[in-house]
Amino acid sequence: MRDLKRMVRRMKTNRAGLRLSMVPYSLWILLFVIAPIGLIVYYSFFDLSGNFTFDNYKNFFTSVYLKLTVSSFWYAFLITFFSLLISYPTAYFLTKLKHKQLWLLLIIIPSWINLLLKTYAFIGLMGLYGPVNALLETVGIGKQQILFTDFSFVFVSVYIFIPFMILPIFNALDKLNPALIDASRDLGANAWTTFRRVIWPLTLNGVKSGIQVVFIPALSLFMITRLIAGNKVITLGTAIEQQFLVTQNWGMGSTIAVFLILFMVVILLLTTANERGMAGSGKKR
Amino acid sequence: MERNGKLPKIYLTAVFLVLYAPIFYLIFYSFNSGGTMSHFESFTWEHYAAVFEDKRLIIIVLNTVVVALLSALISTAIGVMGAITIHYMKNKAMRNAMLSMNSILMVSPDVIIGASFLILFTLVGIKLGFASVLLSHIAFSIPIVVIMVLPKLQEMSPTLIDAALDLGATRKEIMSRVILPFIKPGIFAGFFLALTYSLDDFAVTFFVTGNGFSTLSVEIYSMARTGVTLTINALSGLIFVITAGLILGYYFLTNRSKTPARGLKR
Repeated sequence: MRDLKRMVRRMKTNRAGLRLSMVPYSLWILLFVIAPIGLIVYYSFFDLSGNFTFDNYKNFFTSVYLKLTVSSFWYAFLITFFSLLISYPTAYFLTKLKHKQLWLLLIIIPSWINLLLKTYAFIGLMGLYGPVNALLETVGIGKQQILFTDFSFVFVSVYIFIPFMILPIFNALDKLNPALIDASRDLGANAWTTFRRVIWPLTLNGVKSGIQVVFIPALSLFMITRLIAGNKVITLGTAIEQQFLVTQNWGMGSTIAVFLILFMVVILLLTTANERGMAGSGKKR
Repeated sequence: MERNGKLPKIYLTAVFLVLYAPIFYLIFYSFNSGGTMSHFESFTWEHYAAVFEDKRLIIIVLNTVVVALLSALISTAIGVMGAITIHYMKNKAMRNAMLSMNSILMVSPDVIIGASFLILFTLVGIKLGFASVLLSHIAFSIPIVVIMVLPKLQEMSPTLIDAALDLGATRKEIMSRVILPFIKPGIFAGFFLALTYSLDDFAVTFFVTGNGFSTLSVEIYSMARTGVTLTINALSGLIFVITAGLILGYYFLTNRSKTPARGLKR
């Protein structure tokens, strides 16, 4: 009897709780996820003068835009890769510190300084008369053109994304039960095996959310391409911005956006499928 | 780990050095009387005085902060509700659909968010300015909050709620005394990330802002073409000191009060 009461009560609780909290969130999904995507798709079928057309799609399959797509992905990959390479050990070492939450805060603080300010600082730092070149000269390498190269573009982008990569990895590592590592060491695994077989799989979800938070924004870095790469690197983001705000060709801009969304959906499907599989096997065990 | 005790320290020092180098570089030259960022002439406070005389700049800074705080607060509220909705959803297909919707906006590049919101606001007739910028910031922050809160909900054992129900807790009490305290770290992480995203955002704001309204990023971007004055350096120095002070102050305050609070809760 009591169980039954409890069950009824719990069902009521859940339903009432759901109804209340569902409204704003569902509204948000409708207005800011579904509607905008629908509009983008809709606009991609119109040319500059507002006539229905498929020309935008034909245009996209010319070599110009395909090349753009490939190079966009390549740069985003490089940026994500180096962010991860630097962030994982940083997050790992941070969890070993005494006041780890404080140190984590200190990692996040720079990301509170405006992105444009930091970019501007890099223009000065990497400039021909900046401190980096002064250092290179005293070492004996001599002045180098650092700004407006692929290196500067990737470096500054990685710099900007590092805190966003560190945070989820740090959280995943922090949750990790240290007894598991002790157990692995007791069972004779060396440091590398412990990392590969215990630490890495258990923090993979953190890494994945880190990659998601870095990879996709990296495709749309149109401001840094302008200021740091000197328009040498053109990403899909730059192209969309140009179509929307410079040429005012919303149709073509939307078409590029449609393809970008398609790429996103594919990536998303791939990563979530993996995650679900992992969670399932974890539970079964 | 004990064997290579030095390596982590060296590595972390290097990371922190690089992270803070641009900021300290900006601040260093904010004291330069020379007027450029290449030759340090002599020490001066004049650029800091200039910040407080520049009314337009102060308004822009206030705009940025107000948009960030409001959007972070509202998106945290909606995001927490969203996470709870998703977590307790019985219908699996619906649940996965909602999760994917959530992820779509989170992984959408800024440019797409900006462009599609621009179309949306133009069609609906929302004037480009404060309202459109705030709405967009709320919109793109919500999925981040959901992502930060959901793992905490999954971590929570359902027996906690059963126990609360058995002990006679009402729906409200379960929410405020069991669920919310448990997922608090996730909520805070979500709030701070939302704040960070808003303060950092340039691309979306750039698309949906009108002529009359500007945030710091957009303003600096337009300045970068004509040349940035050292007033901006001074401003970034001030922002840095204030935010670092606030964050560290908050950290130490909460840390000090943590121990007695924990004792009481038990």
